[in-house]
Amino acid sequence: MFAYYLQLGLRSLRKNPLLTLLMVLAIGCGVAASMTTYSVFRATSNNPIPDKSSQLFVPQIDNWGPESTQHNKGEPPNAMSYTDAINLMRDKRAKRQTALYPAQMSIVPTDPSMLPFRETSYAWYTDAFAMFDIPMLYGHPWTANEDESHAAVVVIGKELNEKMFNGVNSVGKNINLNGRDYRIVGVADRWNPEPVFYDVTNTNGFDDPIEVFMPFTRAVELQTATNGNNNCSHDPGKGWDSWIRSECVWLGFWAELPTKSEADAYRSYLNGYAAEQQRSGRFRWAPNNRLRNVTEWLEYQKVVPQEAKVSLMVSLGFLLICLVNTVGLLLAKFMRRSSEIGVRRALGAPRKEIYLQFLIEAAAVGLAGGVVGLLLTGLGVMGVSLVFEPDVAKLAKLDLSLVLLTMLVAVLTTVLAAFYPTWRAAQVQPAWQLKSN
Amino acid sequence: MQIKPILSALRRHKAGTFLIAMQIALTLAIVCNALFIIHQRIAHLSEPTGIDEPNIFVIKSEWVGHPDSARVDAMIREDLQVLRQVAGVQNVTPSNSYPLRGSGWDDSVKLKPDQLQDSSGATIYFADQNFIDTLGLKLIAGRNFRADEIGHMDMRYRLAPPVVIVTKALVQKLFPGEDAVGKTIYLIGGPGTIVGVVDLLQAQSVERWASDFAYRSVIIPERLNISLGSFYIVRAQPGQLDSAMHAAVKALFAQNPRRVINDDDGVLSFSDVRSRAYESDRGMAILMGVISVVLLAVTAAGIVGLTSFWVGQRRKQIGVRRALGATRRDILRYFMTENLLISSGGALFGVLLAIAMNLWMVTRFEMHRLSLTYLVIGAVMLLLLGQGAVLAPALRASRVPPVEATRSV
Repeated sequence: MFAYYLQLGLRSLRKNPLLTLLMVLAIGCGVAASMTTYSVFRATSNNPIPDKSSQLFVPQIDNWGPESTQHNKGEPPNAMSYTDAINLMRDKRAKRQTALYPAQMSIVPTDPSMLPFRETSYAWYTDAFAMFDIPMLYGHPWTANEDESHAAVVVIGKELNEKMFNGVNSVGKNINLNGRDYRIVGVADRWNPEPVFYDVTNTNGFDDPIEVFMPFTRAVELQTATNGNNNCSHDPGKGWDSWIRSECVWLGFWAELPTKSEADAYRSYLNGYAAEQQRSGRFRWAPNNRLRNVTEWLEYQKVVPQEAKVSLMVSLGFLLICLVNTVGLLLAKFMRRSSEIGVRRALGAPRKEIYLQFLIEAAAVGLAGGVVGLLLTGLGVMGVSLVFEPDVAKLAKLDLSLVLLTMLVAVLTTVLAAFYPTWRAAQVQPAWQLKSN
Repeated sequence: MQIKPILSALRRHKAGTFLIAMQIALTLAIVCNALFIIHQRIAHLSEPTGIDEPNIFVIKSEWVGHPDSARVDAMIREDLQVLRQVAGVQNVTPSNSYPLRGSGWDDSVKLKPDQLQDSSGATIYFADQNFIDTLGLKLIAGRNFRADEIGHMDMRYRLAPPVVIVTKALVQKLFPGEDAVGKTIYLIGGPGTIVGVVDLLQAQSVERWASDFAYRSVIIPERLNISLGSFYIVRAQPGQLDSAMHAAVKALFAQNPRRVINDDDGVLSFSDVRSRAYESDRGMAILMGVISVVLLAVTAAGIVGLTSFWVGQRRKQIGVRRALGATRRDILRYFMTENLLISSGGALFGVLLAIAMNLWMVTRFEMHRLSLTYLVIGAVMLLLLGQGAVLAPALRASRVPPVEATRSV
């Protein structure tokens, strides 16, 4: 019966090619618009570290006071001062923790004919490798002792290893960064979380993968300036030393707190820490801290571009209009066949059969709309780079799940739209139709 | 034209009437908001920078290693010398940033040293005496920096230049109606005396967070020597931009190869800078435009489809009317009026929907309030669209012959 209804459906679609074409195009456009924008939305609202997004936390400490934070609804600064970061590192109250910042490093090739080049570089503590689940291709991260001793060691990324060492195991070799030699202790495999949750404040969530990881302590000892933002509420004074002792904020901080009780304990630790700073006279205000996990942090930092949200909304509205349109056209199409329905009903077909026949016909339309939609989505995803920044646009891709979703949305919404016209069709009175003939 | 028979006919076609009205309402709501977004984005990306854009390019040169401040200053001065010799280069100035770059140094400006609240935010541009000429700024009061006033500072030095040049927009904020030359402003590190005022110079960022001080800039007579690197803003002789860009990079590497000038953003003509800065605004405008056009087409197609169906359904009634003396024009007018009634209802509801949608977006996405003009434009557009779409089926209806009344099928 199913095959027969499908055949009937296809025949009726062929009978009214213009109407059918209109429906298919409307569904195709609606589905394509919403799927294209959804692909961007999906990429930007992706959970970058699903296994740990509720275990990794960003502590924020208000070291500026109400005078400065009132501009931001009383929220503490988005980054941390060197003083607070070092105190939190020293207290080690979390399972793992790291302070971090983007340190600008130029790689100086040993071959003098090659020009120096720059790679994305971060300075952090060795805990970060385990916290962020960074896969290692060769070797290991440096040790905690090497953190303490400000050792001249680095972990490099896979791409840099390809570029400098043709991809062979380079552990134990030296690499020249900013004119100084560093011993390579490990090569990280490709690690490119999207969005780059570990440093949202400096990247807005999208950046090239890290190719140089170096000990935080070493970078600070060499007075390596941050390549990211530095915000000061007051004049920090002259020179590096007064800068790192100042209340300027420029560091990221992450703590791994696997259970809720650990997170609660850390929260009260932060409050205790701020209260202590208040007693010592450094803070002249009550503790005002935050502790946000990855998901909350990305939400708070508004990583999903406004463009993606607005266009997803508009596209969903678009899909809705296409559906209303389809309801109308299907209604016209089905009601035009009142006499045919009358004959079928008079010959004994129950309403259920009429429902089935027309829903199958609608599904066929939906399927055709899906195919058109898929083609248009493909075009749309290619055109995304016209609308969004390249960093964001390259994340949107047409993969299997998007293909399946497109078809599913097309068929489902069309069948949904067909309910009312089908119901009307099934209400046709056989006697009424037969009489007028 | 009598409206009553139309209304009673519509009452028998509730579903179709409702669908067309709904479609018009939703389309109106979305198209209004889309047009509004397009207009806002275009207005935003047409804001002037105040500089001589067609002839300017920017080089970002990053130092390798960790040279100290004095060494950096020497290298910058050597580079400036080299760039000045390059064929096609008219002038050059070192800076820490430039309009539309999207990051740089923003500071707070106060009128007294002990003031708690800032008087204004401002973008800080580090510059030498060639800055005004290189960028093509218009000095409207006071004077330019003298060569002997140009100092140099490290990133970690105190920002307290003895003299500064500010923009007219900042003067209007700080000293409305007064002559600002000779007055003192306080930056984060200390006081500076205003010696000159330039007409227009946009801040480094055009993002929403910087919109408070969009044109409030302070020009500082210092070279900012940081080990990371610096920007050279170069003004080419008219028509020699491309050749000057190539020659400049080559000359810099010949002078000192221990530097990084990135392939993708190391050298940018100002039109590149502009298109990068407004990428998402332009994209959004294009997207909204495409969506609006397709949406209007879909709605028109829907109206054509449903009205055709109605015409087909009512052939007999039309025939009867024609037989009873109605002219073709009467039939045509009937369907046009019918559509106008439905569309008006839909447009009315659509206006409400558009306002609701905009209010929701205002709270959710920090958008502006929709102005009434867009609602009027949108409503008129959709009414015209409806009339246009209904024309073909209505013409077909008007051609139904009176003899149709006598046919039984």
